[in-house]
Amino acid sequence: MSFSIDKNGYYGSFGGAFIPEMLYPNIEELGNSYLEIIQDPVFQDKFRSLLKDYVGRPSPLFLAERLSNKYGCKIYLKREDLNHTGAHKVNNTIGQILVAQKLGKQKIIAETGAGQHGVATATVCALMGMECIVYMGEVDMARQRPNVERMKLLGAEVRPATSGSRTLKDATNEALRHWINHPVDTHYIIGSVVGPHPYPDMVTRFQSIISEEIKQQLKEHEGREYPDYVIACVGGGSNAAGAFYHFNENDQVRLIAVEAAGQGLSSGHSAATTNLGKRGVLHGSMTILMQTTDGQVVEPYSISAGLDYPGIGPLHAHLFESGRASFMSATDQQALEAGIRLSKLEGIIPALESAHALAALEQLEFVGNDLVVVNLSGRGDKDLETYIEKGKY
Amino acid sequence: MEKISSTDKLASLWHREAGEILSVYFTAGYPKLHQTSEIAAKLQESGADLIEIGMPYSDPVADGPTIQQSNQVALENGMTLELLMEQLLSFEQNISIPVILMGYFNPILQYGVERFCQHCGERGVSGLIIPDLPVQEYLDHYQQVFQEFNLHNIFLITPQTSDQRIRWIDRHSSSFIYAVSDASITGARSGISERQEAYFKRLQSLDLQHPFLIGFGISDNETFRKACQYAKGAIIGSAFINALKEADELGDGIENFVHSIKGL
Ligand SMILES: Cc1ncc(COP(=O)(O)O)c(C=O)c1O
Repeated sequence: MSFSIDKNGYYGSFGGAFIPEMLYPNIEELGNSYLEIIQDPVFQDKFRSLLKDYVGRPSPLFLAERLSNKYGCKIYLKREDLNHTGAHKVNNTIGQILVAQKLGKQKIIAETGAGQHGVATATVCALMGMECIVYMGEVDMARQRPNVERMKLLGAEVRPATSGSRTLKDATNEALRHWINHPVDTHYIIGSVVGPHPYPDMVTRFQSIISEEIKQQLKEHEGREYPDYVIACVGGGSNAAGAFYHFNENDQVRLIAVEAAGQGLSSGHSAATTNLGKRGVLHGSMTILMQTTDGQVVEPYSISAGLDYPGIGPLHAHLFESGRASFMSATDQQALEAGIRLSKLEGIIPALESAHALAALEQLEFVGNDLVVVNLSGRGDKDLETYIEKGKY
Repeated sequence: MEKISSTDKLASLWHREAGEILSVYFTAGYPKLHQTSEIAAKLQESGADLIEIGMPYSDPVADGPTIQQSNQVALENGMTLELLMEQLLSFEQNISIPVILMGYFNPILQYGVERFCQHCGERGVSGLIIPDLPVQEYLDHYQQVFQEFNLHNIFLITPQTSDQRIRWIDRHSSSFIYAVSDASITGARSGISERQEAYFKRLQSLDLQHPFLIGFGISDNETFRKACQYAKGAIIGSAFINALKEADELGDGIENFVHSIKGL
């Protein structure tokens, strides 16, 4: 089975580019040129050197011994939390800003939920001296104040999305609308493996550096190039797509995707898309999304703003439907506990998104020499207030 | 007497001598849940030539604030596709001008594309405008079922659409082409710029097989007349939604609006 896109931008029956005609020229331009641009050795040199000297890659693969003892297996943490700006998001924004430059675009727009992607976008725009507008739901702006200020400090304009439920999906709608209104000089840096083709594939390629490094680092540490498990959280699915990428075709590796169950799968306050959703079209791709029987998009809920999205990228819909990846979920409470556990056992405070991946360790059964990699997608600084308010430590 | 098929209803518009076709958009379920047939009947009586009924959606990415808000209110009022199909049952008796449904793809997908087309066909709907269903996707997967139920699919073009692609879209059209007036989402604006006129002239010079109507940003008699200099007619949405919002009495509000656009 293939886990790459076909010539029409589909993973199996998921993907495509369900966009209004107004965006056709932009998407066509990007679709026709992205592979050539990112496969160019000059581009790759630039991309790689920025990842090394600006982002601080390779990110360490750390053997978490006390965590391993607890679960009776060998657990490595892929430290995306140590990247500049504190999460994996910057791998993608570095790549896309270089693409935007190559396309001759002068302005950048982005959507953000928690503000991590917004900060990563504002950061690369400052680096490249490009104008930056970030759309953020009014509700999220209120609950992620520090990130709003970080973006402003970095020189970006943060525009509140005031339509609909005023969270991530509405920020994405606003960014798409902005792009329709400014089709010529603007590039839209989408923050996850979602959106119309070629975004899911392009973002996956930029994030694939994560599993590329895992392979090399495992070889150094363990003398083998693949683990038994890779575990990652899924909002839109970019950190998971990157952590899975080089193992997709290797059936010896179990891929574990962890969604946010919020207050519980049947509580009505959840973001566990594969569990609660159905096939449909969201933000330009055929995927799985949470919706009413009438096809209206349902507003998700999670304690972690980065997982608070009603869909998943089409690659993940395909990984789910084909059974290649196992989809699990963790509640707010389980994630908080897992985050606190890692803090105490290993001295690492994880982002609440990443804490969902850690929570899956509680639900899996390992044998003694299982090699497990957990993708630690981000650091917990941004979530301190939530830990203080809701955590018991 | 043979029943006039709904397909012919649209065609009859183009053969009419007096041009200046006025197409009016409104969102089903707005301002109130059960006004769809009342608004349609009043539009027809006031002189609208074509009616576009919006199927509300939670995430209308091609729409500006006015239509977004009407979608949201309609959904809050309880509007669904199932209910709209019920409301459309009364149209066969009351509405003789052509009716087009406009909306986003996901609700149609959940309703079932074939079932949706069948129900539209049974209710005399002439065509569909689905902004986020790309032309190629339609041709590959849905054209057959649209045709089975005599539904025209109306495609959009914009100032950024290349001549070559416009010709390709023209070849795959069966009724008219929806010329989006500017690089923009929907919304009432005043005036038409020289740049827009240059685009309309370019469209004219392409000598397409199908007529085009100009929409997005048409809001008053002046912009309507200007659009009609270049096109068979024009489509008004946001300005009409605003008029519905402001009308003290629905019937008068609609009549005054249509008359003001047509300059009557
Ligand atoms: C630290 C972290 N992890 C994960 C995510 C979820 O995104 P994705 O599923 O695209 O990796 C976010 C999003 O903001 C994030 O900040």
